[in-house]
Amino acid sequence: MRGAQVSRTLAGAAPWLAVLLALAILPRLLPDWLGFLLTVAFAKALVVLGVAVLLRSNLVSFGHGLYFAAGAYTVGFAAKWLHLREAVLLIFGAVVVSGALAALLGLFLARYRGIFFGMLTLAFSMILYSLLLRLYWLTGGTDGMVTAPPTILGVVPGAAAGRAHYYLTLVCLALALALTRRWLGSPLGYLASAIRDNEIRVEYMGASVRQGIYRTYLLSGVLGGLGGCLVAFSVGHIAPEFSYWTQSGDFVFVTVLGGYASVFAPVMGSVVFELVRNYAYALSPYTWQMSLGAILLLIVLFLPRGLWSLLAPRAPVSSPWTSSSRR
Amino acid sequence: MDTLTLILLDGIAFASWLFLVSAGLTFAYGVLRILNIAHGSLYAIGAYTGATLAGLVLHSGANPFLAYPVLVGAALLVGLALGPLLERGFLRRVYDQEEVITLLLTFAIFLILEDGMKLVWGVSPIIVAEPYALLGQLPLAGVTYPVYSFLLTGVAIVAGLALWVVIDRTRFGKLITSVIHDREISAALGVNVPRICTVAFTGAAMLAALGGAFTAPMVSVTPGISADVIVLAFAVTVIGGLGNISGGAIGALLVGLLRATAIQFFPALDLFVVYALMAVILLVRPEGLFGGVEVRRI
Repeated sequence: MRGAQVSRTLAGAAPWLAVLLALAILPRLLPDWLGFLLTVAFAKALVVLGVAVLLRSNLVSFGHGLYFAAGAYTVGFAAKWLHLREAVLLIFGAVVVSGALAALLGLFLARYRGIFFGMLTLAFSMILYSLLLRLYWLTGGTDGMVTAPPTILGVVPGAAAGRAHYYLTLVCLALALALTRRWLGSPLGYLASAIRDNEIRVEYMGASVRQGIYRTYLLSGVLGGLGGCLVAFSVGHIAPEFSYWTQSGDFVFVTVLGGYASVFAPVMGSVVFELVRNYAYALSPYTWQMSLGAILLLIVLFLPRGLWSLLAPRAPVSSPWTSSSRR
Repeated sequence: MDTLTLILLDGIAFASWLFLVSAGLTFAYGVLRILNIAHGSLYAIGAYTGATLAGLVLHSGANPFLAYPVLVGAALLVGLALGPLLERGFLRRVYDQEEVITLLLTFAIFLILEDGMKLVWGVSPIIVAEPYALLGQLPLAGVTYPVYSFLLTGVAIVAGLALWVVIDRTRFGKLITSVIHDREISAALGVNVPRICTVAFTGAAMLAALGGAFTAPMVSVTPGISADVIVLAFAVTVIGGLGNISGGAIGALLVGLLRATAIQFFPALDLFVVYALMAVILLVRPEGLFGGVEVRRI
């Protein structure tokens, strides 16, 4: 019995391992710039994943730049004050900082829904933005901070830094995806979609809506911090704009672009977004936002479950928005 | 003493500006239940159009004081051109959906208009400072203060009064109120709800553009001004109570004075206080200082 279970788990994991392997040899085949683009896309996919788990409960965070910036500035400050350059420690630090922040703010946010949730998350992220922007002596103001490439388990990557960051990000992403997938399959994960469908029934069945939202928010904040930290590694420069509302808006945009029926949808959304942005920006620097806007418009009006729904038409989640039109 | 005068004057000037840029947002939310991110773009388009048209008037050698009515005209023009287009073309499709959908939709419109402006006006700043400089400075209680700020306050008061008269004193205002209270029943009673919505949104767009047009002489109009203004307008709207116009006026005054105080004593915290106040208000009274009760789900 136990052996059968193990072999079934292995069989289930095999396709994902194959994908992981393919992604692992990918940077050898791709030019450096594309590898860099993928690294950033994967790192941001973590933040998007954070927005997506909240969106499953119909909560739109219009301030996830907060955690993105918190993770990134953790790296900046750790290097500035503690002279810390070890990636594993920095990642740990970013997770702790963003987790603590989410644990605090989640206490307040768990009471809010709909537009009020969005507005409050927006306010929190703008508070951080205004501090990062104005406390020049501490944060470097609009100039931001330059973050030196970290050492990875004591090894200085040197010339191979780009590839090292790619693998580091890939490992983090794979772990986060596995964890989030488990979470979504757990009772708590199902609670999230139940909350979207009908909160009152969830309460009647004896589950705590507030606690469910609080824990989801915690996960979502940690994912955001992790993403910010990894972007700081690979880009090497952080700025207050990480916490600005347009950055948060981009994360929501990518979430909607990819959809959130599966944990892989945010990754796909993020990669598509970075590619589209890169090419659109190169082709026409003045209209790339316009093309993004037009895509978002089409998706909101015609494809509310995101690009992923094209690949997996029979997604297990009922249509997220039509099932819960305004009560 | 001078500091206090300065705080008061700066506060009132900033509050007038805030009221102008947020009144339309509040109004649109009140009637249509749409939190319009593209409001910032309408503001920016108003600023560009105002600057361009005022610049034309000034360079044509006409009486430079004509620039002021031209600014108003520019705002009306922008509102009339874009208001019905956006409302009929896009917003109308999502009225019966969740508020977050409308947020995303208007974010998409924001992105599109943002680049639209770059296509029309380019990326180099447009500066038309004459309307600001023309009015000169006024010595007042120990400080000299630009007269244009008083004009701004005047425009804000006129706009606020006009909104009040339309909503509280006209038949059309009564119809708007009935639509706010219950869209279906209003429609059943023969109110032309779609038309009311279009007109209301057009009014909101005009207000946004008016705010932009009268800001244009004070700043250099560049891409990106819309992103900054929209969060400030959100803050004021939330503080005053979503959809509550007199609340919006008091919210604007509160934010204006608070920010002016911060600028005098802790200049680094000028933006912080605005968003901190927004967060505190949302935590203590999510319906805003003057919002009604029971706006929240559960």
